[in-house]
Amino acid sequence: MTALSTRQIQGESMWALTWRRFLKHRLAVISLGVLAVLAVAALAAPLTAALLGSDGETVDLFNRFQGPSLGHPLGTDAIGRDTLIRLLYGGRISLFVGLTAAVAAAVIGTLIGILAGYFGGRLDALLMRFTDGVIALPLLPLLIVLAALDLNKLGLPDAVAASENISLYRIVVIVALVGWTTVARLVRGSALSLRERDFVRAAEAQGASAWRIMGVHILPNLASPIIVATTLSVGNVILLESVLSFLGLGIQPPIPSWGNLLTNAQELIWDAPALAFYPGVMIFVTVIAFNFLGDGLQDALDPRATDRRIAGMSN
Amino acid sequence: MLHFLFHRLWQSALVMLVMSFVVYALIGLMPGDPIDLMITADPKITAEDAARLRSLYGLDQPIVERYGHWLSSALSGDFGFSRLHARPVMEVLVPAIGNTVILLGLSFGLALLIALPAGIAAAYRPYSKLDYAINMAAFSGISVPPFWLALMLIIVFAVILGVLPAGGLGKIGTEGIWDNLRYLVLPVASLTIASIGGHTRYMRAAMIETLRQDYIRTARATGASEVRVLFGHALRNAMIPVVTIIALDFGFLFSGALITETIFAWPGMGRLIFDAIMGNDFNLALVALLLATVLTLIGNFLADVAYVWLDPRVSFREVER
Repeated sequence: MTALSTRQIQGESMWALTWRRFLKHRLAVISLGVLAVLAVAALAAPLTAALLGSDGETVDLFNRFQGPSLGHPLGTDAIGRDTLIRLLYGGRISLFVGLTAAVAAAVIGTLIGILAGYFGGRLDALLMRFTDGVIALPLLPLLIVLAALDLNKLGLPDAVAASENISLYRIVVIVALVGWTTVARLVRGSALSLRERDFVRAAEAQGASAWRIMGVHILPNLASPIIVATTLSVGNVILLESVLSFLGLGIQPPIPSWGNLLTNAQELIWDAPALAFYPGVMIFVTVIAFNFLGDGLQDALDPRATDRRIAGMSN
Repeated sequence: MLHFLFHRLWQSALVMLVMSFVVYALIGLMPGDPIDLMITADPKITAEDAARLRSLYGLDQPIVERYGHWLSSALSGDFGFSRLHARPVMEVLVPAIGNTVILLGLSFGLALLIALPAGIAAAYRPYSKLDYAINMAAFSGISVPPFWLALMLIIVFAVILGVLPAGGLGKIGTEGIWDNLRYLVLPVASLTIASIGGHTRYMRAAMIETLRQDYIRTARATGASEVRVLFGHALRNAMIPVVTIIALDFGFLFSGALITETIFAWPGMGRLIFDAIMGNDFNLALVALLLATVLTLIGNFLADVAYVWLDPRVSFREVER
């Protein structure tokens, strides 16, 4: 028999094991790399702008619809702004919206799911009927209504309602308000079975409060499905943001996002099809990368589930 | 069965009631009200006039009372007038429903015709080259922004090749059926591609799960042909979760219709809702949104019925819970 390696003797932490399983999912690893590059490129947008000597904001009507050149690697848009730099700045916004809205939705969903699953009974029935109701709503029309609401009528002060970044926060809030249902159902299902387990019973017997049991004993066991569902929903949020912005209801100019770079795309397809092309490619690459990443995380975090339903009925 | 139907209808009616209030309240929160519109139309209206008109039309009443008023006339069949179209709401809605049904029906059927065989083929040999290719295509379909895909189709087929129209419904009379059908090709194609990916992945996952069951091994051991194993034994069982998910996806399909109709200028429900919300056409937006909800609820209901029909182990009584 050959000697055992150190690793085999010492054993591995759960996270090291997960990481090793994750590395086996080639597409997920590549996606992680792609997303890292995109994030760095987006964060380094001011640097690129300084390097190219343009800022993506200055209007230059003598240089509209320029083709690719050294100064403008992807050319210029309808009012002469640099396309590449606007894409990079747009990436900042789209990634920010995707991540924050997905996390916010996951927080709401976890809270509702864990309350329903742990307490059960009337509260469970009430919360789950509510969830069913939200799922039954036609998503996009509802989002359009929410995006068109008058913030003054909601009682927000003028200073907030008219601030420059309001369209950014608004989209995060409304996507979170309608996007929590998947996580809520997942969490509720798992919490239902977890609360019957011995370690939860033991904690109850020792007099732990309901909040302590939910937070300390149940929540950590739900980490895997929540992480997977949240990763998968980042891609969906980015798609939703792009649709709303395309319709003119999402992120408002002058803030660029991949979605609102496409707002005028339908008129542009006749004059400058390339301008309608790039932002869509960025969205596509990002969303597919998040989907592969979620798939890989699912394989890595929950090998038993993967065994049961190879590559995901879960989304 | 009857009890199930009754229970379900009652539940749906309740959801509709709650929904109609929520939508009514939300629409009340949108910018402007009918009097604001009158003020824009006639700058001579004074503040006192506006206030008088508001109380005349009941706009100064609390929201619950206004909703009650709307509900009682809606229940008697009066849904009010559309501001944009200057016609009763129902007269505007009915032809639009027809157009949307054509669009959704065609792409729904087409998507299933492609997605189900693709999913079965991928599941038959998991992790083979074919599975890999189908999976990649499905992932791409899920991840592409639907409106952008539509634009790319327009660029290729209408701008570069010039073989298909970029939008509209076709002209009446002057051209043959084929000419009118051409207007359907791009909208149906983009809507189909948008929903194919998800369906393929559901079918694949369900089929893989089914094919590893003991009864499949037993069927093979008795010498049943592969065709019989796949389509006689596995398919029906694999269809149970797929049908449920696809029917639940109906609301998603409707969102797709909104995008597609807006881009291709297809005069259906989705575009009507969008224009109504954007154009402050409160009556039309309200009823159209509720109708979209009804369609989604019908989808959910069909999912339950199909579930019981496909799986004899489940009775209607269990689904009711």
